[in-house]
Formats: sequence, C-alpha cells, structure tokens
Amino acid sequence: MPQQKVITDESAGVITRVEELAYELKIEEAMTRDPNVVNPRMQMKEVLELFRDKQISGAPVVSSGKLVGIISIEDLIRALRDLGRRELSASVADYMTREIITVNSYDSIIEALKLFSKTRVGRLPVINEAGQLVGIITKGDITRGLMDALQHDYQAEEVRRYRASHLFQDIISDRTSLILRYRIKQGDFVHGGAASSNIKRALLRLGADPQIARRCGIAIYEAEINLIIHTTNGGEVRVEIEPHQILMETRDDGPGIEDVELAMKPGYSTATAEIRELGFGAGMGLYNIRNCVDEMQLESTPAKGTRLVMVPGNDSKEWELSRATTPGQGTRLTMKIYLHPQKTTEKNHQQKENAP
Amino acid sequence: MTLQEIIDRLNLTVLTQNKDFDRITATSGYTSDLLSCVMSGAQKKGVWITLQSHSNIVAVAALLELSAVIITEGATPDPATITRANEEEITLLSTPEFTYPVVGKLWEMGLKSG
Repeated sequence: MPQQKVITDESAGVITRVEELAYELKIEEAMTRDPNVVNPRMQMKEVLELFRDKQISGAPVVSSGKLVGIISIEDLIRALRDLGRRELSASVADYMTREIITVNSYDSIIEALKLFSKTRVGRLPVINEAGQLVGIITKGDITRGLMDALQHDYQAEEVRRYRASHLFQDIISDRTSLILRYRIKQGDFVHGGAASSNIKRALLRLGADPQIARRCGIAIYEAEINLIIHTTNGGEVRVEIEPHQILMETRDDGPGIEDVELAMKPGYSTATAEIRELGFGAGMGLYNIRNCVDEMQLESTPAKGTRLVMVPGNDSKEWELSRATTPGQGTRLTMKIYLHPQKTTEKNHQQKENAP
Repeated sequence: MTLQEIIDRLNLTVLTQNKDFDRITATSGYTSDLLSCVMSGAQKKGVWITLQSHSNIVAVAALLELSAVIITEGATPDPATITRANEEEITLLSTPEFTYPVVGKLWEMGLKSG
C-alpha cells in the first residue's frame, strides 16, 4: 500500500473544516463564562485597576442584575484623555457604551463573526434563553475555540488513520487481509449507498489513494443498488482489503440473471417503470462497475442467485465474465482493484485463486 | 465560481443548512435523472441538476463529492432526505424552473461541463 501518499486533500480539508466549525460550534462553547462585570457607579480608576489586574480589555456593566452597558479599554482611554490620570473619578455610567449588541449563547459562532465584521465592537455580551448575561465573547475567544475544536477532531481522525494504516505493517503473517461485510436488504432504498460510503471512508483511513477510494465507492454503490433493486432477499457485500489489492464481492440468492452478457450491455435494464422513475435502472450499473475496476467477474445461476466480484486497479481495464455452471451457486459479482499494477504475476495468481 | 453566485443568479432556494456559500466553489456541471449516468459522468466539486428528489440523490452526491444538487421543477425532497443531506454535508438547492433553462443559465455564467 502506498503509505506515503495518504490523503492528499488533507490541507484543503482543514480549511473547509474551519468554515464548517464556524457553523457547528456554539457561542457558549467558545465564550468566556462568568465574566468580570462592573457597576455603573464604579469610578473609572477602579475599572483601570480591574483591567490591569485581570488582563482584560472590556467588561459588561450590570446594574441590579440587568445588563445596562459595556465598558472597554477605548472608553478608559477617552476618560484618560479628558481627565488625566489623577482625575479618573468619573463614573462608569459617564463613559460606558449604552447601545449594547448582544448574541445568544445557543447561536453558532458564525453569528458573532458576522456582528464583528458588521459593527466595530471588540466584544459581545452573551445572553442565554432567559435573557441573562452568561458570558462575553471576543475574536480571540473565537480563534481559540476554533483551534481547539480543529485540533480535537484533527487528532481524532489522525489517530484513526494512523492506527488503521499501520494495520498491515504491524501484523505479521504470510498473508494479511481485512474483511468488511455489509448486509443489504431488498427494497431498502433509504439506506442505499450507506455501505459504499462506509467502505470508501474505511479505505481512506487505511491510507488508500483518494482516487482508488472513489472508484471503489462508485463500484460498490452500483452493486449495492443492484442488490436492493433486483434480488429476492437482498444480499451481502464483502470487501477484502490487502496491502496490494482490494477485492469486492457481492452475493445474493436469487433470482439470478438470465443472460449475463446481455446484462453487461450499457443501457440494458430489467428494472420496472417505478424503479426507473426514481432514476435507477438506467442499465448502466454493471457497465460503470466495469469502468471502475480492473477485474470483474459475474456469475449467475437463473432462479438461484448472482455473485459479482470486483477488483479495482490503476490502469488496466481487463475484465472477465464467466457463467457459473454449477446449479445452486447463486449469483456472484467479483471486482478487484490492484494497488500495484506492475505485479502481473501476482495478478495471475490472484485471478486463479478467485476463480470459483 | 462560487455557490453563492449560482444561488443568487438563479434565485435558488437553499433546502439544507446554511453554509458560507461564498467559500464553496463549483467547477463543472452535469445533468441527468439517471443515477448510474450521474455516477459515471459527474465530477468532483460539480453541480448536478436533476428533477429527482428522493433520498438516494444524497448518497450519489456524497460519493462523488459534488458541491451541490439543484432540484428542478419545484420537486421537494422529504424531510428525511434533507436530514440525510445535512448529515453528509451535501447542499440541496431548489428551483421551480425546468432543467433546460437552469443549465442554460449556468452555461452562460461560465460553468461548463468540466
């Protein structure tokens, strides 16, 4: 497996993640709780002491439990300019800003960001559902909140990816593989695509090239939808991941495909009008799979079932159709993708091994 | 071009949660109502124009990593589909217009097939 080429769009992903986080993160998660407050009768020199002691640059002004204004370092500078250091006996009420712009604790931080860019305020008092002052938020709080959240989920995903990608190196055997199985229910359109998304995610965590993961996702999606639409009792998706290849297989127990070669033709479909109305049954499923994988086998016994085997790979577009002759085998689709296309001998070996 | 430009110019309704559409780019367009065709034809970061509105459009859009799906002719996805789209972070947009004029406008804006 190409260990060094893991996840290319990581850096791009981080940027969009910040944007997403601005919507996901709530103001109450980033704000400073229980902020230092002042009352309107306090003198400006007390404010100066408070700002210096607590190393803050602003505070809400509260009078009998009610938010009446906000006082900031800019107001303090104004007072200093007007009165001089010794004369800072003027009260907070004379210098505070009375038009208060507040934000709700349950809003996303994007709301605070919008206010910061629209107005010129440096801090916003945070109000809860009951209208009580619960905190204060600055741009610095937002930056810190975003960084923490980002680091948190970046680390979580990194650890997952790290552990997963080491799976093949740390376990010693003659041949190590990881098998993923998914049960697909007939007619379950609502969950259609769930197995393919999960497989794609697993492959990315294992360090697969994003392009390969995408192709596997598409091939499995088509096979998964086939199980949902065309089978009697649904079927199973099985993915076997090895350091050098990915083998994807679906299996069901009926009704089987009458004419496998015809089924492979682009545009040929046996889907009903209702199914087609939903946009399925274009007759392109198997054809799409063939284009996504390096090797494909479709075995089907009418009235019994179908087996599809797929192996996705890099360049080669060889594929093979075979028809099971043993009754009772059902239908099987096999798909393979080679992660190292140069290994032709291994490829032949694999082909033989996967023959029914 | 950004998704915001597309939403503004085509006067689209945003069905899923709001995002910073100024930061999401669309680099190509694709149209078909047949999911398998979309699977093989649509490109990453593309916009898909369709009149399908059932939940599987989300699976297709997520697997292909599309920037957005524009649902035409005023077809409305059910709430479960919208929930699923939000979970998968897929943007669903809606318009009462037919697919043809929508595609025409996008092309005029400079969004080619890619």
